[in-house]
Amino acid sequence: MWINCARIKSLLPGLSALLLGIAFSIPVYAADKVKIGFISTLSGPSAGLGVDIRDAFLLAVKLNGGKIGGLPAEVIIGDDQFKPEVGKQLAEKNIKLDKVDFLTGIVFSNIMLAAVPDAFASNTFYVSPNAAPSPMAGAQCSPYFFAASWPNDAYHEAAGEYSTTKGVKSVYLLAPNYQAGKDSLAGFKRFYKGKIVDEVYTKLGQIDYSAELAQIRAAKPEVLYVFLPGGMGINFIKQFVAGGLSKDIRLFVPGFSSDQDVIRPVGDSMLGLFDTAHWALDLDNPANKKFVAEFEKEYKRLPSLFAAQGYDTALLIDAAVRDVKGKLDDKAALRKALEAAKFQSVRGAFKFNSNHMPIQNYYLRVVGKDSQGRLVNKTMGTVFKDRGDAYSQDCNMK
Amino acid sequence: MPPIAVFMSSTLVLEQLLNGLQFGLMLFLLAAGLTLVFGIMDMINLAHGSIYMVGAFLAASLVNVTGSFTLGVLLAIPATAVLGMLLEITVLRTLYQRDHLSQVLATFALILIINEVVRIIWGSDQPLNTPTALSGPVEIIPGLLYPSYRLLIIAVGFVVALVLYLIVSRTRVGMQIRAGASNREMATVMGVDIRRLFTWVFGFGAALAALAGALLGPLLAVQVGMGENILILTFVVIVIGGIGSIRGAFLGSLLVGLVDTLGRAFLPTLLREIATAQVASAVGPALASISIYLLMVIVLVWKPTGLFPARA
Repeated sequence: MWINCARIKSLLPGLSALLLGIAFSIPVYAADKVKIGFISTLSGPSAGLGVDIRDAFLLAVKLNGGKIGGLPAEVIIGDDQFKPEVGKQLAEKNIKLDKVDFLTGIVFSNIMLAAVPDAFASNTFYVSPNAAPSPMAGAQCSPYFFAASWPNDAYHEAAGEYSTTKGVKSVYLLAPNYQAGKDSLAGFKRFYKGKIVDEVYTKLGQIDYSAELAQIRAAKPEVLYVFLPGGMGINFIKQFVAGGLSKDIRLFVPGFSSDQDVIRPVGDSMLGLFDTAHWALDLDNPANKKFVAEFEKEYKRLPSLFAAQGYDTALLIDAAVRDVKGKLDDKAALRKALEAAKFQSVRGAFKFNSNHMPIQNYYLRVVGKDSQGRLVNKTMGTVFKDRGDAYSQDCNMK
Repeated sequence: MPPIAVFMSSTLVLEQLLNGLQFGLMLFLLAAGLTLVFGIMDMINLAHGSIYMVGAFLAASLVNVTGSFTLGVLLAIPATAVLGMLLEITVLRTLYQRDHLSQVLATFALILIINEVVRIIWGSDQPLNTPTALSGPVEIIPGLLYPSYRLLIIAVGFVVALVLYLIVSRTRVGMQIRAGASNREMATVMGVDIRRLFTWVFGFGAALAALAGALLGPLLAVQVGMGENILILTFVVIVIGGIGSIRGAFLGSLLVGLVDTLGRAFLPTLLREIATAQVASAVGPALASISIYLLMVIVLVWKPTGLFPARA
C-alpha cells in the first residue's frame, strides 16, 4: 500500500504541472470530454416519457462507443420530479457546479421554461428533446435554444389540416383547462375550416369523463379531437370505447396520445385510432431502422416518439461537437454547427428554422397490428411537407 | 330548437344523473376504507391511494394470468388485504401514538416507496380491459345508451354499501368498530382488543381499496401514481360526510359525485344562457372544477364536523 502512495506522491509534481499547464493555456482548444446535464421527469405518474427519452439518449451515446462528437461523453442525469422548482435547481447545479457544455432532457414545457433562463444567462446551449412552447418559437426565442422535437402546436395543426382536406363537417374539441390545452385547440382551429360543434375545457388531471362523453354523444359530431396528455388520455380513450361512442364518432388525437406508452395500457381498444406525428416506427429510412432495432434489442420494448426525440437530440449534439472539432468554448461556431444539424435524423430530413424550431414533415398514422401481432402506429400518409410554425416571424434572434 | 333544449333533453339529464351516481359510488368504495381507518384509528393514511394502486396492479396481472376477469378481481382483493395488514403491523402501528404531522410525513414517504416498488415489479403501467361481456353499452330506456360496465359499478357500489351498513350496525365486530371510532379508550376499557381490531379494520379497508382499484381499472389508467389523483377527492368525501362514519362516506360520495358531474355537464351551458360566450367559456370550466370544493366549504360552514360525525 505504502509503495503505491509513494508512487503517487512522486507523480504529483508532474501532475500538477500538467494541470497548471492546461489551466493557463487560454484559449482552450479541443475539450477532452463533453459534459451534458440531462434533467427529466424520472419518477411519479408522468415518468414514462422521461424514461423513454433518457433510455434513447443513452442508447445513442452507447452506440457511439460512449462518445459524443468523438469525445468521451459524461451524461449527468437528474430527476425533476415533475416540479418546475426542482428542474430549475438541477439546471443551476449543472451549470454552476458541473459546468456542463449542454443541457437537455426536460419533458414538460412548464418545467423547461423555469429551467432554461439559467442556461441562457450562462451561454449554455439547451437542446430540447420534447417541449417547444410557442413563446420559445416567437418573442422569447433564444440563440441558445434548439428544439430537436417539434413546435408544441404542430401535431394539432396537422390534425386540423387533415380534417379539412378530408372534408370533415363537424368537430368537437376537448382539452384540459390550462395553457397547453388552449394552445393545442388554437393550433387545430388554425387549419380546420369546418364547423366546430363545441369546445370544452376539463379540469387538469380529471379522472372520470362520463359527463363529457354524454354531452358529446348528444352533440353528435363527425369527429372528436382531444388533447389529453398522459393518464388523462388513457382514461378518456378507455371510457370513450366502453361508452360505445366509437361506433358513431371518429376519435382523432395528437401522436403522443396514441403512442406506445398509451397503447400498452389501453390495448386493443386503440385499433383504428388516427393521429398525427413527425415520426413513426415504420418510417422508411436507414437511421430509423437502426434506431428501432437497437432500441428494442437494448430495452425489450418498442420505442415511443419520445424515445425517437431523445435519440435525435443525442445525434444533434454529437454532430455539432464533431463539427467544431471539440472546441466547445467557441459558442458562435457551436451555434452554427447546431443550426446546420448535419446528422441522419430518425424522422428523415429536416432543417432548423430561423427560430431554431424544426421545419419538417408531419404524418398521419393509424394504430394497427404489425407482423408479430403487436399494436403499433403505421404511417398512412403525409399531412404537411416542410412545415415550420406560426410564430417564427415574432422571433428576432441576434 | 334553442341550444339549451338540445343539451338538456330529459334522457341526457337522466344519463348525467346516472353518471353522477356512478362516479359517487366509485368514490365511495375508496372513501369507506379511508374513513374507517381515519375515524377509528385517528390515523391520516395518505398511502390509502397506494393500496388502491397495488390492488389495481394485482388485479391486472391476475386477470392476465388466470384469463378470467372475475377470478382475477376476486384474488386481488384478499391479496391486497394481506399486504395491507402486513403494512399495518410492520410500519403504521408505530405511528398511532404520533401526531398527525408525523403520520402525514411517514405515509407520504410510503406513497413514494410503494410507487417505485410497483414500477420495479410491473413497470409504469399495466393493461386491464373491460370483460368482453360488459364492454359495450346497453339501452336502458329507448334513446338512452349506457355503458354496461358502469352499471356494474353502480350495482357493486350499492351492494358494498349495504353489506358495510349491515356489518357496522348489526354485528358484534361492527359494534366494536363504532365503539372504537367514538371513544377509543372507553372501548379498550370495555375489553375490546383495539390492537387486533385495528389490524383487521386496516385489512378490510385495504380490501375495499383493492376492490375499487380492480373495478375502476378497466375505466381508468392502471399506472403508477393513479392513487394520488383520486385520494384528494376521497378526502373531500370523508370530510363532507363526517370522519369515521360509513353513512357519511356514502352520502358524501353521492353528493360529490353528483355535484361534480352535473356541474361539469351543465354549468358551462347554463352560463352561456346568462353571460356572454367569452365569459362563459372562461368561467364555466373553472367553476365546474371547483364545485365540489365549494360544496365542502358550504357543508363545513353549516356542519363543521361533517354531515354525520362519528364522535358526536
